[in-house]
Amino acid sequence: MQWQFSNDAPIYTQLIQQIKVGIVAGVFPPGERLPSVRDLATEAGVNPNTMQRALAELERDGLVYSQRTAGRFVTEDKTMIQQAKRSLAERHIQVFLEAMSHLGFQREEILALLEQEMKEEGETHASA
Amino acid sequence: MPVLECKELCKSYGRTPALDRLTVSIEPGRIVGLLGPNGSGKTTLIKLASGLLTPDAGYISVCGLPPGPESRKNISFLPERTAIPTWMSAKQLLDFYGDFYADFRRDAAEEMLAHLNIFPHQRIKQMSKGTREKVQLILVMSRAAKLYLLDEPIGGVDPATRDYILSTIIGNYNPEAAVVISTHLIADVEKVLDEVIFIHQGRLALQSGVDEIREEKGMSVDALFREVFKC
Repeated sequence: MQWQFSNDAPIYTQLIQQIKVGIVAGVFPPGERLPSVRDLATEAGVNPNTMQRALAELERDGLVYSQRTAGRFVTEDKTMIQQAKRSLAERHIQVFLEAMSHLGFQREEILALLEQEMKEEGETHASA
Repeated sequence: MPVLECKELCKSYGRTPALDRLTVSIEPGRIVGLLGPNGSGKTTLIKLASGLLTPDAGYISVCGLPPGPESRKNISFLPERTAIPTWMSAKQLLDFYGDFYADFRRDAAEEMLAHLNIFPHQRIKQMSKGTREKVQLILVMSRAAKLYLLDEPIGGVDPATRDYILSTIIGNYNPEAAVVISTHLIADVEKVLDEVIFIHQGRLALQSGVDEIREEKGMSVDALFREVFKC
């Protein structure tokens, strides 16, 4: 998994986001055991307490659960993973819409542009 | 009980004050960045904690003990300058450390040497500056100490080795021990830290969690440092 951090947000919230992406994208499949806090922290290059805090938060949200001795697991509830996927997508769209309105685009223009871009992309894919 | 505790700690060199009534404490399980501009007192604090200097006034203790032979058993210290005998080979140094420190984990040291492709029979004097620093850090991190005092551990090594050193610090994490890292390379260490201590002109300027700073100020510790200590 690729871990990347920006400078303007707390590290633990960024970890939560990236682990969520990992779960949604199937890097951490449903029902699978997560690596230990120490291993995840080493892999991400972050403080173990910060990783612990992120995992505790994900556990509160229900996306992961712990079993006393066996460690932490990804939820088996696929609806919950779908919901997480949806909310991640919504965030991306919000960021995109904000950036577009910052550039001065109106809603209709954004939609038209998006449609055109997607069509062109589809054509290059088809010809490739 | 805090691993390191200072109260109203003072130290001067002649008439030049280095630490001026510094009060700070570090709890077990924390990885702490000791940050401040040049000449702010970082190295003085580390030397006082390791017992290389004695305070002029105030109180300092490590795991409840005043700095001395007893407290040194709990402290693993990486000085700013490499201070290992250069006529020895890496292997001889491991023997040496094993003799001196009951908590020395030889297998951990050998594993790290191998990982960094350091040949055990090579003498220290035949090694580059960066490699000597790596060897010294390996010795320091191979002890099962309660307090690690690392004075500029990543200043002299390349970025890939920096990453390895930082991941070594994470991999050796012990909830009962504290790690103090003094450095100017804040952006490199920031993610590894629980909290930071800013000292300025020998006084405590700020002690805060890394994520608290990012949350409250909306900026990294590196950016905050540049703002607070702007020249």
